[in-house]
Amino acid sequence: MPVTHNIKPESGDVLLLVGTMKGAFILRADESRKKWEMGGPYFPGSAVYGMAYDGRFGRQRIWAGPASMHWGALLRSSDDFGATWTDPSVANVKFPEGTEAALKNIWQIVPGRDSEADTLYCGVEPAALFKSTDAGDSWNLVEGLWNHPQRPKWQPGGGGLCMHTILLDPADASRIRVAISTAGMYVTEDGGETWRPSNKGVRADFLPDKHPEFGQCVHKVAQSKVRPDRMYLQNHWGLYRTDDRGETWEDIANGVPSDFGFAVGIHPTNPDTAWIVPLESDGFRCTPEGKLRVYKTENAGKKWKPMTKGLPQEDAYETVLRDAMAVDSLDPVGVYFGTRNGKLFGSHDEGKRWSEIADGLPAVVSVKVAHIS
Amino acid sequence: MSYTVVIPGPLRELAGGRSEVRLDGHADSIRDALALLGNDYPKVRDRIVTELGEVRPHVNIFIDGDSFRDVGGLSAPVRNGAEILILPAVSGG
Repeated sequence: MPVTHNIKPESGDVLLLVGTMKGAFILRADESRKKWEMGGPYFPGSAVYGMAYDGRFGRQRIWAGPASMHWGALLRSSDDFGATWTDPSVANVKFPEGTEAALKNIWQIVPGRDSEADTLYCGVEPAALFKSTDAGDSWNLVEGLWNHPQRPKWQPGGGGLCMHTILLDPADASRIRVAISTAGMYVTEDGGETWRPSNKGVRADFLPDKHPEFGQCVHKVAQSKVRPDRMYLQNHWGLYRTDDRGETWEDIANGVPSDFGFAVGIHPTNPDTAWIVPLESDGFRCTPEGKLRVYKTENAGKKWKPMTKGLPQEDAYETVLRDAMAVDSLDPVGVYFGTRNGKLFGSHDEGKRWSEIADGLPAVVSVKVAHIS
Repeated sequence: MSYTVVIPGPLRELAGGRSEVRLDGHADSIRDALALLGNDYPKVRDRIVTELGEVRPHVNIFIDGDSFRDVGGLSAPVRNGAEILILPAVSGG
């Protein structure tokens, strides 16, 4: 096994949690975000799609969902920035008897709202939502969604039938939106008891009915914390915005080289600003023309501009997957993304200039960012 | 009746560091033997078997040298004194 290097972040540092196909890495920098120190690899050999930082109520807890091809997936946590990890006696996220399902992967880990100290959610494959109300000690399947009558018709996408997005509405404690490939988005307005599809206006080019009630291959959704009605959506073909909390979606692919892609990030305080990384097509999931370009809008998608300074513009056939982009909460905002070729880039000025933080990592599947208080 | 289970390196920590464990009890099949394993070493069984009771797809189990998948799957018989060898398949990493 490789030697694992540990880091010792301090208050005020910025953390990057990087999940790859062969383990996890944790990076730290001070608030200037110019020089990064990397810890890891953690869980070498396991794919780590889900990572999260829980800084609520004085915690400094990192969550990860390593999935071993041989031994399955486990949810583990560290209170010392990766030096040690919990080692559950048996799998803590499990499908209950009678569901006829077995956990394949943990795609998403989301700490609950600030008012819910011990609540956590995770989205898994096969597509399901789990909830913990005891800080992750035990987990329960959200049966309202699992028992949805449309679930038997959900189909797996290229990454499997996965729940990859969980959006806890910042202003409504009973509202949660989830996204599933390939089922589209579902929303609950009663804390998870009942769910309804919510995909109006989102295309499904791969189905006979291009605008079905459900079945879209939504790749990622980002919701504004300051204006929760506003969300951006990167679809399997299609780039969208909603201004009515997801009831209707408007096509905003204006000035992008392709409306295919995976990742989308939103500014923490300015809901008119968002970032994406377009890819050529579903048949060639690489950056168009061999140019690694992040596109940014500052007017809610009326226009997108390429942000390329510091990014390779020649022979750069990169892929940025759905969870491999993150946006921090500092001023100016930092934007980070990882590629399937194992590169990690960051900008500490909202995308004006980029620098390579790491190269030679295993394929990056998730990037999360946190600011340590 | 008893059976010997050979634990692969990555799971030995979950078996108290042991490379082999002895199971005492009655097992008509490898399914029963895995249940016996779960009684004494639940962490090991949990890594080998899914919630559905199926052996994970990239785990191989050999009963006296035969892959359980070739000799009846989970219903494959195990004799008294059988050696049950658990090995990760040639995948992953």
